[in-house]
Amino acid sequence: MKVTILQFPGTNCEYDAKYAFEKLGAKTEILWHKSQSVPSDTDLLVVAGGFSYGDYLRSGAIAKFSPVMKAVAVYAKSGGKVLGICNGFQVLTESGLLPGALKRNESLHFISKHHHLKVINNDNIFLEKLDNNDVVNIPIAHHDGNYYIDENGLKELYANNQVLLKYCDANGDDKNPNGSIDSIAGICNKEKNVFGLMPHPERAMESLLGSDDGVKMLQGFLKA
Amino acid sequence: MKVIVNVFLKAGVLDSQGKAVHHALESLHFDNVSDVRIGKQIVLNLDESNESKAMADVTKMCEELLANTVIEDYNIELVK
Repeated sequence: MKVTILQFPGTNCEYDAKYAFEKLGAKTEILWHKSQSVPSDTDLLVVAGGFSYGDYLRSGAIAKFSPVMKAVAVYAKSGGKVLGICNGFQVLTESGLLPGALKRNESLHFISKHHHLKVINNDNIFLEKLDNNDVVNIPIAHHDGNYYIDENGLKELYANNQVLLKYCDANGDDKNPNGSIDSIAGICNKEKNVFGLMPHPERAMESLLGSDDGVKMLQGFLKA
Repeated sequence: MKVIVNVFLKAGVLDSQGKAVHHALESLHFDNVSDVRIGKQIVLNLDESNESKAMADVTKMCEELLANTVIEDYNIELVK
């Protein structure tokens, strides 16, 4: 199992992702955004979190023109598995690899804390080790995490089981930290090989640091 | 040629910043403000004298980069 982790100027979660996937037994490689190709032995490509290009203009708006993103699009179109976390999710929506967009949090605050998430659809490789309605405790850290999609797009997400995770409280009841439509925290594409979420499972790998619920989330990718 | 691009959240997409500023104006007793929308203005200097070419180029810039048309609308003003 080989995990390739993208690094843009301003990315700051690439080493957390490396730590997380190595802990699960995968080999990892950090790939600078100037690369024109995705390494051919890649089983999972992670677009890590942070602030690519300082979030100038809009989060993820400049990163989508990095040389590597053309290769990422080809990789994704041919069925390669892609996971975008936080800024990575923003890059994937800006690139059109995932539907919708991420707006400024409704409160206008940068939010950094642990938050509970509920599994909505586990019929995909990412969450198949979890059950629907399972609740996990995962850190969030974002300013632009307010997921938006128009009404038809939202219907389509539900119809195709593309809504992966929703924000909730410890009991699994709705609790929305950022104004996301229907409290959506993570989605995938129709083909279920491109995944994006605002919360950081790669920062929840050690119970000593508050939660190790990220282990059971990221493990899904490991069987490949 | 100078070109001004204004980018705003689409009508129907909640503008949290506009709402916060609206509340602040109300607390300053400006009671006649019914709505506030906050956007960004991007000013470009183009080496281009053909107006329709300039308009076409800047439209393409907006579609590809300057606006995210999932959530934003834009308008373009050519300044001579």
